[in-house]
Amino acid sequence: MEHAILPAWALLAYLASGVLFILALRGLSSPASSRAGNRYGMVGMGLAVATTLLTQAPIPPGDWWPRPGPADLVILAKILAAIALGAVIGLTTARKIQMTAMPQLVAAFHSLVGLAAVLVGLAAYLNPPAFGILLPSGAINPDSRIEMGLGIAIGAITFSGSIIAFLKLNGNMSGAPILLPARHLINLGTLLAILLLVARFTVDESLWVIAAITALSFVIGFLLIVPIGGADMPVVVSMLNSYSGWAAAAMGFTLHNTAMIITGALVGSSGAILSYIMCKAMNRSFISVIAGGFGAAAGTGSGDPREQRPWKRGSAEDAAFLLKEAENVIIIPGYGMAVAQAQHVLREMGDLLKAEGVSVKYAIHPVAGRMPGHMNVLLAEANVPYDEVFELEDIQGEFAQCDVAFVIGANDVVNPAAKTDKSSPIYGMPVFDVEKAKTIMFIKRSMGGVGYAGVDNDVFYMDQTMMLLADAKKMVEDIVKSLQH
Amino acid sequence: MDFISILSIFVMACFVGYYVVWSVTPALHTPLMAVTNAISSVIIVGALVAGAAHGDAARAAASSWLGLCAITLASINIFGGFAVTARMLAMYKSKKKG
Repeated sequence: MEHAILPAWALLAYLASGVLFILALRGLSSPASSRAGNRYGMVGMGLAVATTLLTQAPIPPGDWWPRPGPADLVILAKILAAIALGAVIGLTTARKIQMTAMPQLVAAFHSLVGLAAVLVGLAAYLNPPAFGILLPSGAINPDSRIEMGLGIAIGAITFSGSIIAFLKLNGNMSGAPILLPARHLINLGTLLAILLLVARFTVDESLWVIAAITALSFVIGFLLIVPIGGADMPVVVSMLNSYSGWAAAAMGFTLHNTAMIITGALVGSSGAILSYIMCKAMNRSFISVIAGGFGAAAGTGSGDPREQRPWKRGSAEDAAFLLKEAENVIIIPGYGMAVAQAQHVLREMGDLLKAEGVSVKYAIHPVAGRMPGHMNVLLAEANVPYDEVFELEDIQGEFAQCDVAFVIGANDVVNPAAKTDKSSPIYGMPVFDVEKAKTIMFIKRSMGGVGYAGVDNDVFYMDQTMMLLADAKKMVEDIVKSLQH
Repeated sequence: MDFISILSIFVMACFVGYYVVWSVTPALHTPLMAVTNAISSVIIVGALVAGAAHGDAARAAASSWLGLCAITLASINIFGGFAVTARMLAMYKSKKKG
């Protein structure tokens, strides 16, 4: 086992960068400490990169500092150019991206981590001595082959899966699930084939084995995500986040690098926990999300055909009057609000109400956006202070004392059918108790469309409900105008 | 380092990750994903090793080019991920009193 012997300071530096990454995540426990956390992350990354660069030039035996030759400097120039290219692309993207497009961006970034893992794995296969995984016999260390094989497989799945998630989130591909016949059989077969190939790789290091692992893993990543509907994308993005971590960890095992192993474990757990939170918020099991197909049968709903029931329509003036008279208002924004770009004018409405002495709070459902925490970012962008924004369990008890529940661009997350109707596809999903509020205002484009899950909502037809039928942004603008009079 | 030491670090780090991530406030889950994405690009360490390797043989040269490509991909992620996280975190403001 000829592992590259690194000087002690380098090993400590990698450990320190692992610890800095832990601090980066720790900082996110509150918005106040988060910015410092992000800087810890940057320092950790800088440290890891600098350490690696310094230890790549030959270090004479017994010495602890590298002695680069001219060839090393040429290589260093190439590497710095590669980093600079990535920096320009990365920084430009980060500056330009719209906050509503954050899920796509994250999916795209995951795909890059996946592809980088594949490339690193293949590079290690082609040049094992550089990675210190060559046995004296001239073969690659079998332990490293397992790690390499798994790293490449997970990386390739992350890559192609994230590409599909990106295309679905970005609207280049329909959010509807694409269901192949016998897909479970095909998927399980492919996964089994990959595992067998990884096993085979430990005894046979020919190129075709590693090529087949790579190719099949690309295919399975595609097959796994294609049948998953748009509504489940928050889970998928979190899951791919987790995979990108496991891929980094597998490569860390190959390189015996503590920074990579710690980071891989952190990111892997983070993605797994976020997937779990999202599944719970939708009352869906992880297995059923992975199996896919949700959203394919939209509209079959609760079984009974939608009869015409009486409902009340309100105007912006009515809404403004009631809001001004209220003491407590809870605003429940959904993704429809973000699509209509109504968050800025909504905050303006909130400010006007606060000036009238009304208490205004925002209630966020975990699946309100297209990825975990997405709605919080959108509200923060519109300058809504984060201490006016509450999570489901923190605000649930306040609806009984609430004068106006203002639902904008949300539907399923306020549907009482989730609590009462066992036949409903959203049954069991935690929802806001808006029906306890004295008045419910529901902004909706028309009475036709019914949410992501395709279920009718009893709240529309309740006595205390006022339907405000219009484009969300237009309606809130009109309310703001009335409030200003 | 032997396999068991490495595995121990990995298992311990999984537990640390578990507890640290549960303490992240749900309001910051999107920045969490962006920053985990940035730090998972620590895979650049492997890419640098590959990219920095000397090699005249065709396989070693190919390996070094793969490494350079991976360096660029990982850098996009590192710079983009940290920058977009910083941009999001800068937007979170507390209620101003007075």
